[in-house]
Amino acid sequence: MTHAIQAQGLVKRFGETLALDGVDLTARTGTVLGLLGPNGAGKTTAVRVLATLIRPNEGTAKVGGHDVVSDAHRVRQQIGLTGQYAGIDEMLTGTENLVLIGRLLGMPRREAKSRAAELLERFDLWDARERAAKTYSGGMRRRLDLAASLVGRPHILFLDEPTTGLDPRSRGGLWDIVRGLVDDGVTVLLTTQYLEEADQLADDIVVIDHGRVIAKGTPDELKTQAGGQVLEVRPVTEADHVTVSRVISELVGSVPQVVDGLVRAPITDPAVMPAVVRRLDDSGVLVAELSLRKSSLDEVFFALTGHGTDEVEETPEALVKEGTPA
Amino acid sequence: MTVLTPTAPAAVALDKRISPLTTVRNTLTLTWRGLVQIRHNPMELLDLSIQPIMFVLLFAYVFGPPMAGSVEAYLPIVIPGIIAQNALFATMTTGFGLNVDITKGVFDRFRSLPIARTSPLAGRILADTVKQAWSMFVLLGMGMLIGFRIETNAFAVLAAFLLLLAFTLLVSWASVFIGLSVREPEKVQIFGFTIIFPLSFLSTAFIKLSPGTPDWLAFVMRNNPVTQLVEATRGLLLGGPVAAHAAIAIAWGIALAALFIPLSIWQFRRRV
Repeated sequence: MTHAIQAQGLVKRFGETLALDGVDLTARTGTVLGLLGPNGAGKTTAVRVLATLIRPNEGTAKVGGHDVVSDAHRVRQQIGLTGQYAGIDEMLTGTENLVLIGRLLGMPRREAKSRAAELLERFDLWDARERAAKTYSGGMRRRLDLAASLVGRPHILFLDEPTTGLDPRSRGGLWDIVRGLVDDGVTVLLTTQYLEEADQLADDIVVIDHGRVIAKGTPDELKTQAGGQVLEVRPVTEADHVTVSRVISELVGSVPQVVDGLVRAPITDPAVMPAVVRRLDDSGVLVAELSLRKSSLDEVFFALTGHGTDEVEETPEALVKEGTPA
Repeated sequence: MTVLTPTAPAAVALDKRISPLTTVRNTLTLTWRGLVQIRHNPMELLDLSIQPIMFVLLFAYVFGPPMAGSVEAYLPIVIPGIIAQNALFATMTTGFGLNVDITKGVFDRFRSLPIARTSPLAGRILADTVKQAWSMFVLLGMGMLIGFRIETNAFAVLAAFLLLLAFTLLVSWASVFIGLSVREPEKVQIFGFTIIFPLSFLSTAFIKLSPGTPDWLAFVMRNNPVTQLVEATRGLLLGGPVAAHAAIAIAWGIALAALFIPLSIWQFRRRV
């Protein structure tokens, strides 16, 4: 097995801020590595180091077999980068944007044009090809940006929050494109703050927070690692949730959560489930829904970081402080 | 841990570095990019053509008679002055465009490509120089249409253009520095106006020094680099002393570039 991306002990400081605090990363060739973390965790900094845009203060990284600092030019010949902000020239048309990149990569004019046409068609931008990119919608810009990063047929692709701010339909479309690229053998490093996105696309996930790796593994490994399973029970008669809660709390030892008549509790012992069923049967409670599932990545993330992905700035304490008159 | 093997297909040899020829080609491609932008942004063409024309007409017909007695008498003063002032304002395009590229992420895209490191900036400056030349051409043409007469020859006119382009090329480093320093493109323009407006009006671009001008003001105006640039341009278009004015103007340009090139590099490293 080969590794398209391999980084050890990356440290990056911006003045007083420690953006990366010893990050190790490995992406297996031909797979998707998901870099997951809240805003400000250091995801973008990691991508910028690996894409040769900034130099790390400490640590080393090899991308496509070459060092990102001492052999940056060789790295750049193999990578494509799609940043958080679409890196396209808004004053140019879709075609011109792609021809520009092709020409910069040394393609003859004719080849650059045919490559541009090919990509515009593939990314559903053909009808808009002669329009200035400033007239494009958010989803179209992202697709053009992604197309621009693919002009040179890179075999390593960095996608820095490619779907942030997109509507669900555009997001799904982008996911399909990424899957298609992986089928073609491209290695993808994807940063995201959407757990669902990492779950959908990534073969391996690295979770970072405050510039440190706090967990890594496959999505399934992570779900198992961080809290096992979740038991959910919905009684037929809503009033029965009191009985259900009591039964579960006696067996699990903690008070379960009740949301809209659904009783939910994290469990680690698989023997709890049959025991719950027996006890509910004894009590004469009819069950409409009963499930035992792995924790969702959301729950994993919460367990790992102590906060959700979206509410970094809005911790309960902060909200209380804001709400209290001074 | 598995062995790290290069993933590059063996058939594709990767270049270790960029050849000088590639550097030139990259720069020209990015120059093309800077110029083709105009096609989709008619406002910029307006900026480059209509605004200079409007300035010539306003200054000549509104200020001409009271300042010099007649429009015709004012043209030899104001046309070289407007050309120089316009050239200075146009240097802000470089900083503005650079800032747009950085804030929009275009700059990151370029820097992730296997292209010459200097080409994004060099291409932009080259494209802006072409735009500069166009503006100067429009201004001179407009001036001649309403009665401005070149008293020298074609070589001197060419020399005037080259002097103005050389000066703005040097001064545009100040614009690069501003472009790298401010957060939004609009601030580049605000900065530019705040500096260039007083600078061009405290020169002999629109008036001749009169005996009534207070000594301190006359001192400032005489030593303003814009004055030197304008006087040299007048000399080249209308005849009169050139060498000393041109030399002082270029010396100013070199001094400014010597200050702003290191500052720009420092700011660039800090920012990205």
